[in-house]
Amino acid sequence: MSPVPALETLDEVVIRFAGDSGDGMQLTGNQFTNSSALAGNDLATFPDYPAEIRAPVGTLFGVSGFQVRFSSRDIHTPGDRPDVLVAMNPAALKTNVKDLKPGGMLIVNSGNFGAKDLEKAGYERNPLEEENLEHDFQLVEIDLNEAVIQAVAGLGLSNKDALRSKNLLALGMLYWIYNRPLDSTEAWLNKKFGNKEQILEANLRALRAGHKIAENGEFFQVRYEVKPAQLPPGRYRNLMGNAATAMGLVVGAKRAGLKLFYGSYPITPATDILHNLARFKNHGVITFQAEDEIASITSAIGASYAGRLGVTGTSGPGLALKTEALGMAVITELPLVVIDVQRGGPSTGLPTKTEQADLLQAVFGRNSEAPLPVIAPCSSSDCFWSAVEAVRIAVTYMTPVILLSDGYLGNGAEPFRIPSVDEIEPFEVQFRTEAEGFLPYARNPDTLARPWVKPGTPGLEHRIGTLEKSDGSGNVDYDPDNHEKMVKLREAKVMGIAAGYKPTEVFGDPEGDLVVLGWGSTFGAIRSAVDSARQKGLKVSQVHVRNVWPLPRDLGEVLGKFRQVLVPEMNRGQFARLVRSEFLVDARSMSKVQGKPFFSSEVLERIEEILG
Amino acid sequence: MTTAQAPVYKKKDFESDQENRWCPGCGDYAILNAVQQSFAQLGVPKEKFVIVSGIGCSSRFTYYMDTYGFHTIHGRPTAVASGIKIANPELQVWVVCGDGDGFSIGGNHMIHSMRRNIDIKVLVFNNRIYGLTKGQYSPTSEQGKRTGSTPYGSLDHPFNPIALALGAGSTFVARTVDTQIPHTRKILQAAHEHEGFAFVEILQNCVIFNNKAFEHITSKGVRDERQIDLRPGQPMVFGAGLERGLRFTPDAIEIVGASEADLWDPTGASGARAYRVCQNSEHDELPVPMGIFRQVQRPILDRQIHAQVEDVSERLGPGTLESLLNSGDTWEVR
Repeated sequence: MSPVPALETLDEVVIRFAGDSGDGMQLTGNQFTNSSALAGNDLATFPDYPAEIRAPVGTLFGVSGFQVRFSSRDIHTPGDRPDVLVAMNPAALKTNVKDLKPGGMLIVNSGNFGAKDLEKAGYERNPLEEENLEHDFQLVEIDLNEAVIQAVAGLGLSNKDALRSKNLLALGMLYWIYNRPLDSTEAWLNKKFGNKEQILEANLRALRAGHKIAENGEFFQVRYEVKPAQLPPGRYRNLMGNAATAMGLVVGAKRAGLKLFYGSYPITPATDILHNLARFKNHGVITFQAEDEIASITSAIGASYAGRLGVTGTSGPGLALKTEALGMAVITELPLVVIDVQRGGPSTGLPTKTEQADLLQAVFGRNSEAPLPVIAPCSSSDCFWSAVEAVRIAVTYMTPVILLSDGYLGNGAEPFRIPSVDEIEPFEVQFRTEAEGFLPYARNPDTLARPWVKPGTPGLEHRIGTLEKSDGSGNVDYDPDNHEKMVKLREAKVMGIAAGYKPTEVFGDPEGDLVVLGWGSTFGAIRSAVDSARQKGLKVSQVHVRNVWPLPRDLGEVLGKFRQVLVPEMNRGQFARLVRSEFLVDARSMSKVQGKPFFSSEVLERIEEILG
Repeated sequence: MTTAQAPVYKKKDFESDQENRWCPGCGDYAILNAVQQSFAQLGVPKEKFVIVSGIGCSSRFTYYMDTYGFHTIHGRPTAVASGIKIANPELQVWVVCGDGDGFSIGGNHMIHSMRRNIDIKVLVFNNRIYGLTKGQYSPTSEQGKRTGSTPYGSLDHPFNPIALALGAGSTFVARTVDTQIPHTRKILQAAHEHEGFAFVEILQNCVIFNNKAFEHITSKGVRDERQIDLRPGQPMVFGAGLERGLRFTPDAIEIVGASEADLWDPTGASGARAYRVCQNSEHDELPVPMGIFRQVQRPILDRQIHAQVEDVSERLGPGTLESLLNSGDTWEVR
């Protein structure tokens, strides 16, 4: 028996699991995340996986990673650099070791460092022997392959099948290091493999063996503990952004008194929304996997016309295909929510990597004058609230709405405080049923919305269409003055949405030397950077915009209180351009287009550079 | 249970107040007339009808019907109609579009709605020309057609719309002619009665850009000899006095006396005979088939979708806002 190791308390830890895309790294990371969530930590995750489903084993481009940061404090990002790297093979080591903090823990599966593995990763010599890893990091070499084969011996599994469980062995080790119970993962395995006894047993044995090896093997002298975070009181669950979006849509539909129709064509990284919604049938949700992106939006528009809440989801290339139909939703003034989980582009680009470069496509990318509101969630859990808000705006103003998420938000997870039903204001839709005085394009004087009539309502038979229509009657009308009037009416309706916004909030002082302005998923990195900069005494504040179109009316005035404006975004300066043109503000762009989110350290460095 | 009284309508109940803008003499007028007459007779409350159209001359149809109507974008009416029908299967959803909508820009939506057997009725007005853009060849134009975009003759091989619908699995496939209103009405009635997707090709004359395109088979003088009406369960006979008939041989179709004609059965498991007879060319000896090529039953997607929602709701219990929010592993922070 080895001596009982010391238990050291840490504020936070960042772990990155890295291995082949067939090694189960996403699963391992998700399991660790869930157990951290149940332990009450605040957390944030960053899955980073290749576009190839099963890239050739051992290659650099086949490496799949999952980073999780768990903390006893309130955190906003999955962390810049990991404290712990688990590298399942040479390729994972090569592509990730440069990110590991100096002195960090490096756990390596030495069982995968044969000559062939090294060659595939482009190593001429074994880095475990040749490089100074032991000097730079706390290197822990374990032959996980051998360990897992031993652990499952007697179950009658081939070596190949036995090796599938090695990720759970690694997970079991980390559970021991971070003083975590195994029960949430055991329960999950029971549920997933309940009817496959052999596989269940192998996975359970691997998990427990990892725990035991860590305990007995004298690999680790210290165990660590990260205490629960002081999150606002309430009931929490761990939620990925795409799941939060799906849930927000259903909740929004329920609050509108509608049933949801989701038309979609599978596309990375938006497909999880379809998967999530397809399970919500007992909430009256209909999902329709259409033949293409165009049918997915046009069927959703048809569903809205028929009195359901039509929603469609996609990523950038799909949004491009939906463009013409968006114009149809604008001119027929039907409610519709379109979700764009942005990814790197142009064209097919980087399907599994994140970017924010569809902003101007969302705001302006249609033929002619076709304004529509655009909302951008700022965190994975905000995907929920933004989806509810998108539904509210769509049905209140009878307009299509674009919800601009991105791969980083969609795949990332964090604790989500479950709201009580009362916290979500209802906005029940009143369908028009009164035939007397009915005009299809008469307008609500407050919102400028036209009435919504369900086909099937007696006495209100009418036609809508994509030709320009006469104000009021909606009949086809090519009159020049009428066209100008209708263009301006549609614009006034959309721009009028901004009248309902709350005043723009400033994090930090309302005036100063610099304001860091952001939108969407950069929120966390900017908040952490601004927070650090303020602690250093710099006069910097943060403004983050959720309603990216129409922009908040007070934004120009708020920004004007600062001597400089910096806009970090994962594109070539699209929001900076928008803000400059709308408010004549001298906004400076900070651009990153690497398919990766900003590190907060990058933003901090830039702040210090500007104010230095 | 009381039986609702079937509403009684006249044709004019289906006429909207909009001034018709089709060219004088356009075949669309006759089809509009036939549809309005038919709808008045179907016994369906008129607020249940939704007409969905694409883009093109024929798609203006929506504005002339006093029903619910949605004039959409080019090629997409079957997709919009699918969404409407799935959202509310109680509606009677009819698509009106042209050969460009149906077989060119919207070909994908057309074949997929056929395969899914969504309970919508699709009328394709086939005039073998792009009229609204002032005369270019269409995917149903005959090879060699001289148009604005093909001054030396078109090179593409055309679709046979009936063969396309049969191949895509349409459960009801029929063809009629704009000028033969009683026949059109009979087909519309059959399409309405069919449970599932119904495809109706209507040969329609464009007086401006493709005038008399079908005259060699539809004009009064030749019609009886050049057409055969495929009537379910009836002998395959044609001619002024129905004195001649068609009979299938192992590898062809032959003309025989009426008494030797085969019975026409569009309901069989195989659509082979329908596929064979729809190949009869306008330019050979065999008569061109009209009427009902295919009429079979298959599960209907919009009904299946709702049945699945009900089934899952029954098994899991109806979902509430609370149950949705609190699903998954949760923990309490105090």
